[in-house]
This record gives sequence, C-alpha cells and structure tokens, in this order.
Amino acid sequence: MRKLLVFAAILLPALLPAQDVKELLQKVKDKYDQVKDYTAEGKLKTNVLFIKAPVATVKIWYKKPDKIKIKNEKGVSFIPKGSVNINMNNVLGLSNYEAIVSGTEKVGGTDCKVIKIFPLSDEDNISRATLYVDEQQLLVKRSVISTRENGTYELVMQYKQYAAYGLPDKVELTFNTRDYKLPKGISIDYDNGADKDKKERTAPKKGKVEIVYTKYTINKGVPDSVFN
Amino acid sequence: MFITLLRIELFKIFKRPRTYIAFGAIAMIVLLVQLALKVNGKDFIQLYTDSQSDTFEIPYESMNNGYFVCVAVLHMILIHVPLLVALIAGDMISGEAGLGTLRLVVGKPIGRTELILSKFMASTIYVVMLLVWMAIFALFGSILLFGSGDLVVFREENMHLMNQQDVLWRFFAAFVFAALALTTIAAMALMFSAFSENSLGPIVATVCVVIVFTIVQQLKVPLFEQTINPWSFTTHMLGWKGFFYVEKTAEGVTIDGSVENPASLVKSAGVLLGYILLFLTVTVQYFKRKDILS
Amino acid sequence: MMNTIIRVKNLSKRFGDLQAVDQLSFSVSAGEVYGFLGQNGAGKSTTIRMLLTLIEPDEGEIEIFGLNLRQHRKEILKRTGAVIERPDLYKYLSAFDNLRIFARLSGMKASRKQLMDQLEMVGLAERANSRVKTYSQGMKQRLGLACALVHDPGLIILDEPTNGLDPQGIAEMREMIIRLSRDGGKTLLVSSHLLSEMEMMASSLLIIDNGRKVAEGKLDELLNPKTALVELAVTDARAARQLLGQTDWIHNIHEKTNQLLRFEMEKSRIPELTRLLVSSGLDIQSIRPVHSLEEYFLAQTGK
Repeated sequence: MRKLLVFAAILLPALLPAQDVKELLQKVKDKYDQVKDYTAEGKLKTNVLFIKAPVATVKIWYKKPDKIKIKNEKGVSFIPKGSVNINMNNVLGLSNYEAIVSGTEKVGGTDCKVIKIFPLSDEDNISRATLYVDEQQLLVKRSVISTRENGTYELVMQYKQYAAYGLPDKVELTFNTRDYKLPKGISIDYDNGADKDKKERTAPKKGKVEIVYTKYTINKGVPDSVFN
Repeated sequence: MFITLLRIELFKIFKRPRTYIAFGAIAMIVLLVQLALKVNGKDFIQLYTDSQSDTFEIPYESMNNGYFVCVAVLHMILIHVPLLVALIAGDMISGEAGLGTLRLVVGKPIGRTELILSKFMASTIYVVMLLVWMAIFALFGSILLFGSGDLVVFREENMHLMNQQDVLWRFFAAFVFAALALTTIAAMALMFSAFSENSLGPIVATVCVVIVFTIVQQLKVPLFEQTINPWSFTTHMLGWKGFFYVEKTAEGVTIDGSVENPASLVKSAGVLLGYILLFLTVTVQYFKRKDILS
Repeated sequence: MMNTIIRVKNLSKRFGDLQAVDQLSFSVSAGEVYGFLGQNGAGKSTTIRMLLTLIEPDEGEIEIFGLNLRQHRKEILKRTGAVIERPDLYKYLSAFDNLRIFARLSGMKASRKQLMDQLEMVGLAERANSRVKTYSQGMKQRLGLACALVHDPGLIILDEPTNGLDPQGIAEMREMIIRLSRDGGKTLLVSSHLLSEMEMMASSLLIIDNGRKVAEGKLDELLNPKTALVELAVTDARAARQLLGQTDWIHNIHEKTNQLLRFEMEKSRIPELTRLLVSSGLDIQSIRPVHSLEEYFLAQTGK
C-alpha cells in the first residue's frame, strides 16, 4: 500500500491534467505580456571556438508579439540567429500545442518545473521546446528550443531588477555552430608558431553568447522601422 | 660626409623617373581595390563568411569599413612590393657600374663602407616612403572612403574581431614591421647589386630568391618545415599579420591591446634584423675588396 | 717645395692568368704633363685605377703628394681629379646637378656661381640645365673634365681624354691640358694611345707594354738622346749583327727580320758606323735613326 502511495506521489505530477500545465504557462505568458515593447542596452560576450571577439555594447529592441532585434550600433558583432528565441513569446505564444510536466530541476539554485511543449502545427518553426519555469515567480529560467530550420538553442536567464516584467538581467544563449575553415590562399594566415587552437578543434561544436542587460526602456514605443 | 652621401643618394633616387613607377603602381592598385570593395564589398565578405551566414547575422555594412579594406589591400599588395623595392635597391651599385659612374664615385675621397651604408640607408628611406605612401592611400584613404569601425580579420580557422579603438596602433606596428621586412629585401638586393655590373641581374635574383623561399614555405614538406622555414626570411616577413591576431581569455573574449604570441613577432623581427646585418656585412666586405673595372 | 707628385715603386697586378701590370716604377714631377703611353691592353688603365684606389695592387707602393696612398687615401683624393676613359655621368641628371654631386663628393660645398663658372670654363653654361643624355660626346667629355676640376685639384689624371672626340674636340682638349699645366700649375698624368697628341702636349713620357715599363724620360731626351735608336736595313742581317756585336759602342741589337736590325748607339758615331759597314762589304739598304715618337714607340714595343 505504502509503495502504491509513493508510486502515485511520483507519478501524479506527470499525470497532472494538461490543462493545469497550460494554465501555468498562461500565467507566465500574462506576466511576460506586460511588456508590449522595450529598448534595452547590453553587453554581448561571444564564446565561439572560431570567433575571437571583444565584449560589445549592443542594443536590443522588442515589440510584441515576435519582433526582436539585437544590433551592435557602433561596431561589429556576429549575432546568432537563434537570439530571436530570447523572446519567450515565441514559445509562450503558441496556440496549438501539447505540454507535459517532466519533473523539476534546479536552475540557478531555484527549483523549476520542467515543461515539455510539443507544437501541433507544422507551420510553426519550433518543433519542440522545454521550459524550466520558476512557479513562484512565474519566470522561465531556462529553455531549450528546437527549431525546424535553425537547429537547437538553449537559453539560461537570470532575473533581478526587471523580474516583475519577466525581463532578464542576463541571458546565455547556446547554439550549434558549423565548421569554419577558409582556403589558405584567401586567409590572412602565416605560421606564427601558435597552434593551440588546433587542440581545441576536438571540442564540441557549440557556441555561446551572453548578454548582460544594463538598461531597459519599457513600453515607450518602438517603431516598426527598427526591425527592417 | 655620410649625411652628404645620403642626401646625394636620395637625390639620385628621386630624380629617376622609374622611382615613381612604384608609387604610381601602389596608388593605382589601392584605388582599384577600394573601388572593388565599394561596389562589391558584401560579396567579398561573403567569401569569408558564407559558411556562417545560417548561424549568424553578418553585419556586412559595418564590416566593410576603412580598416577592413586596408587589411585587404595590405594582404594583396605587400606580397608584391619586394619587386618594387628590388627595382631600386638592386640598381644601387650595379646601376652605377653599368652607367660608368661607379669608378668616378669610388675614386672620390669617400670610404667604401660609408658609400655602401649610405646607399643602404637611402634604400631604407625609400622603403619607408613607399610604406608611408601606402598608408596614406590604403589606410587613411580607406577611412575617408569607408569610414572606420571594428576590424574583422579572417584566418584559416578563426576570425578575430577588434574594437575600433584597438586597431590604429596595430596598423602602425604592422607598417613598421613591413618596413623591417622590406628593408631586408633591400639589403639583399643591394648585396646582389654589389656582385653585378648590370641592374637586371640583381633585381631578378632578388625576386627569384623571394619566390623560391615563398614556394618552399607553402609546400608544407616536413623536412623544409623543420629546417628551412624557421629561418627563412620570407616566413618572418609576413610577421606584420601577427599584429592582427588578438589574444583571448578562456571565455573567448579578446583582450584589447594584445597580440597572439608576441614572442614570435619579436623572434621574427630579430631574424629579419639578423638577415639585414648579414647581407650588409657581406656587401661591405665584398665591396671593400672589389676591383672596380667598370 | 715638393718636386715629385707621384712616385710608384714596383707596382704589380694580376687578373687570373693575365699579369696586367708587372713591377712598374715611375715618378711624376710637379707641374708637368706626364704622358702615359701604351697600346690598348698594355696596362695603362689598370695602373691609373690603382692610383685612384679603384683597384688594389698585388704588390708595390704608391706615394702621391709625398703621402702613402694606402694610409692617406682620402687626403690624397681630395687633391686629385680624374677622368677615366669615357666620362660617364648621370644621364638622367642635368650638367649642373652632375657637377654639384661630384663637387660634394670631392668634399667641396660649391656655390651656384662657382658651379656655373666651372661650366662656363668648359663652354657648357648655356646647357647647364639640360640632361646629360642630350649631350654630344664632346660635351660629355668637357663636362667630365669640369667634374674633375671643380674642386681645384693639384693633380689631374686623364685616361684617354680624347676618346670619341672629333679633331676639333681633340685640339681643344689638348689646349686645355697645356693651359692647366702651364698657367694653372697643375700636374697632369695623361694616358693615351694617340702618339701624335702625346708628342704635342707631354713633357715626360712613360711607355708600357704588357704591363712593363719599356721606356721613361723627358720627351726630347727620348726622341733626341745622345744614345740614338737606329734601324739598319741590310741584305744579310745576321752577318751585320755579328759585325756590330764586335764593337763596344753598339748595344741592344735586335734582329727584327732577316734584313732589318735595330740597335742603340751614340748618335755622334753614326758616320763611324757607316764606314764600318761599307768596309765590311755588306750590302746596306738604309741607316735610319728613329726621330718621331711613333717610330720610337713602335721600336720600343717591338711592333
């Protein structure tokens, strides 16, 4: 009997009605929906095997429901295309999907509900998503999003100052990278005796960017022309 | 007397129409490259970034700035400038022998060592002026046409981004290093010039040596890589590129003001200085003993 | 006061198998035009180049202005001007620029006026700014001379100065050389293969052949010495040689052909020679003392 109770206790959360999960996601969406638009500034750090880049100052624009743009206005930065997924509405805004809870996990020291989302429409770019939701604060702390066209992205968010709006202070985006190799004739190479990069070539082919937000301007209006 | 000799040598160099061929050629090539990149800059950058265009947003416009254009120009031009240097330095002694003026000059109350050193110094000044000219067109001209910005350089296995404020000093250092490299060519051409009594031989010999050693370097034969390449001056002449290789932290963030493997740059500079000294010493010792029969 | 400007002792130079100069010794006195005579390839230019430190001798010593050339090279060359063979100059520069360069190389900081005066002296002032490549050979020769004289040297060395000149040019060059010596008090060493010219301007001569000195001395003494050089044409040169060899006043008998002898003897004893030959019964065709430099030269060099 006791075994049965323990078994039920473990299994029960997974058998929570899909409706409850969706309710939770809706609450999270409502929180994120407070923000109709924002303009933010941040520091972008790139950690990709074949890119050596300085920390860049970037500007981020967002307009509901799905417009997001990140740009280094004064310099050069290689912004991963997957950074559009920083906008949680890409997942939270899905209308036709199934969701199940797949346990809990700690993210950044906080217990989060692991919710797997399966879009039902073939037209959605997202094929699957896993959200790690802080139920208390109704915040998505981590997400793993698989897209049909651009591979899989992982986001880890930290919230402090703008947690009430669902706006992170720091986002880490991890994504798949493709091999980079240039023919010798066109590269600006010469043998300078440094071959340590060669050793790193055996490392997994993933890149990471980190954006630390320094300032948000929320719901003040962002023209559509910014996103052209 | 050395300053007098130097002034005379520079006077002779810059009074010759052929001297201006090099300056004209550089200006023309730089302008052509600038025009090409102004029109087709995006296509050119795509050549380097095509494999990554699915993963990243490539900021073509901001990449195609004056600094990027200047690096592209240097990458294309500097490999050919040794010929322009050889044209002048290779003619320094053999040209006078061919003209018949060498016997007049050596029969004057001037030391032969002094004469050689003044010709070498004049060749060096010519090299520096050529590079200043190149800097005016390739660097400042490009900044004027394309504006400045962050610099991206593309290596075989990675790309290096540099903050705008971290770029100008690198160009300065690269030009200084290129001056050292080309002075090595000038010293070698001067040496060949001392051995010959016609100009064509030393010029051709200099260019051939550069070509042969460049090919040896590119063959990637293990024997050559272990024996010849580490000491070949053509390997070290490319050291100017090293000023555009930035060091990074463990997290992949570049460190402003840094270069990857600075020791290698110092070594390259040392090797080139060594070659200059060697070529000069051989030239002086040979010329001091040479019977002037022309 | 210094009398000997150039003193050369046992000078030798070999190029591979060729002994270009062989134990050559001579001296040049102050204020004279010293002729340096020899065929092409005799060693004249090599000797001159050694005087100007263009070629390093294998052996021997050179003193100029009483100073050892090796030890006082710059000092000596400051007081020396030279035109070696064709005066090749910087063709792409003007005459004025060429002159200015060679003045500076000689250690002289000449003013514009001084340079123009020099060009005026050689008749090139009007073409001062023309490039040398537009000059005729004669003009180049004059410019070369101007370059050699611009720093007012005490010793002037001219190697084949009349090469490529027309007869008028040759005459002008000759006049200039004589004037420099006579009026300017310069010492000139002039090398040439033009015997007639040398006869007209040189006061002393050195004749070399195959790198060796053949004769040296004052011109008039060489041509009209107490000891005469005589050519004797006879039907039997051998018999004549035997006869003349028995005397003690006939020396250096050469049998040039089987009918021609050459020998030295006291000029005053030519009548005695005539009597001796007639009394011997030999058939004499001619007895001829050598007078001209050309004949003297050809006689000395055995041609």
